[in-house]
Amino acid sequence: MLLALVLAVSTVVALWAGYAPIAFADLSGDEMARLLFFRLRLPRVLMAGMVGASLAMVGASLQALFRNPLAEPLTLGVSGGGALGASIAIAFGFGAKVAGVPFIFLAAFAGSGAAMLVVYRLARTGAVVMPGALLLAGVVLNFVAASFVVIIQYFTDYSRALQILRWTIGSLDVVGFDLIWRMLLFLVPGWITLALMARDLHLIALDEETAESLGVNVRRSERLVYAASSLIVGVTVAVGGTIGFVGLIVPHAVRLLFGEDVRVILPCSFLLGAAFLMLADAVARTVLGVGELPVGAITALAGGPVFLWLLRRQQRLAAM
Amino acid sequence: MDHATQLRSATADAGVLLEARELSFAYAAGLPEVVRGASLALRRGVLAALIGANGSGKSSLIRLLGGIARPSRGEVLFDGVPLRSLEPRARARRIAYVPQASAGVFPLTALEVVLMGRSPYTSRFRFENERDIAVARDALAAVDAAHLAARSVTELSGGERQLVALARALAQEPECLLLDEPSAALDLKHRAGLVRHLGRLRDERGITALIVTHDLQLLDPAFDQVFAMRDGAVVAAGTPAEVLRDEVLAAVYADEHVRARQAFGRTFVWSE
Repeated sequence: MLLALVLAVSTVVALWAGYAPIAFADLSGDEMARLLFFRLRLPRVLMAGMVGASLAMVGASLQALFRNPLAEPLTLGVSGGGALGASIAIAFGFGAKVAGVPFIFLAAFAGSGAAMLVVYRLARTGAVVMPGALLLAGVVLNFVAASFVVIIQYFTDYSRALQILRWTIGSLDVVGFDLIWRMLLFLVPGWITLALMARDLHLIALDEETAESLGVNVRRSERLVYAASSLIVGVTVAVGGTIGFVGLIVPHAVRLLFGEDVRVILPCSFLLGAAFLMLADAVARTVLGVGELPVGAITALAGGPVFLWLLRRQQRLAAM
Repeated sequence: MDHATQLRSATADAGVLLEARELSFAYAAGLPEVVRGASLALRRGVLAALIGANGSGKSSLIRLLGGIARPSRGEVLFDGVPLRSLEPRARARRIAYVPQASAGVFPLTALEVVLMGRSPYTSRFRFENERDIAVARDALAAVDAAHLAARSVTELSGGERQLVALARALAQEPECLLLDEPSAALDLKHRAGLVRHLGRLRDERGITALIVTHDLQLLDPAFDQVFAMRDGAVVAAGTPAEVLRDEVLAAVYADEHVRARQAFGRTFVWSE
């Protein structure tokens, strides 16, 4: 309830804020205002909401799956993999489609999926996964992916290189309703899969063997979460670039507010994630006055300290 | 219990609840088998222990018995029915398994953890109802841990965490409890307390329990059945008095210095 309210308020604020503030009264009369509002601002705010909800939900799911409060698409390298896939797609040209699906979606999905597979393999080698090892692997994956992206930029022409650069930091710039429908086609199945897994994830978050003994098919749930997460992250990265730390900040804010039940955390992260990225994007659009910041820079600025705070708290717990 | 199950359990040995027949298990194809042709028959309504040297396959065997892992050969029968024919959630309503204690990462409250034991009874999109919460509180009370309900499990001591895990298993309202080294992290007082709890659950609720333990002092007279493993097979089975003997233990632990002596109505075991 509270979160639905937060989401509603954020939507209105995000719709209002912008380089040219639009008074809602003008919408009935002013043709220019109407065009600006419906063609640019509304789709963009919707996009921010979808991406934010997706990233937060994936973050919450991965934290439960790996029993690691620091897990999220960026820290596990899944975003990096997606970014590499998308860069390859951009280098080869934006427009290509395979059976009506933008090539960049597929490439980014493949990239996230590959990164997820590496993390999965690593998590499965031993009976115990060192939480640190998982995050280190994520960092390394991000580095490797980033190096490849740089190399690709080197070998493509100037305008495409700039496109890649702008897009890797994370921005919700590119928008139109058409793209939103196409994204939803991929995101909705992903969202539903994660929502269906909420109960299993709640038990897995305690410990895998206990979950198994309570009747959860842990391997199957795990694979479904991996697949859904790669799909969601791939599509959002393809459109918005690597927008980091949303999947970290939002689920932890939800935890502080509503406790540790994953069945509560998942839907709440979905709503709060949408609100959070809409507001972050509104800040990105307005803070400079003229021009705009990439929204990825805003979320990283907010998320970095949260990550460090969580790390410190975890170390204190481990020391106890 | 449906009709078919009833029929089959009537034909099975009425006294045996859980039976392992020639089980073998390896963690992956190509790796050596950690369980090799292990067989045992756990009687209904008893408190039983599974002992053996480190690496003898105790934990693996108890996981096979609980359906957490599948044997590569052999079969587990629960109440006369092949365990693998039970749907996992149906199995979880009858057999509860408690793994070796882990601290957990997320600060769930003890009550939330115990409520997880109700998940085999709730549907995917429902939260626990009044009755589930009552069962969970009763389970905590049954192990004298009602006062821990609101505490965060990450802040509990090893002994308290063990009690919460046991309460979680009880919340499943199982017929059979399988515990992997529940006494490992416990001090003298809590070890004795755990055995008292298990004995009380057997006497008051008829719950069958099998625990993996290294704690041979606990067995006599509290336990009814003892199984001893060596190299992946069950090499001795019987009452504590039958298994806790010099020559049997010497073979089980491959250690001729093991001594078992009776005094004060119990059996003491040590290695010279």
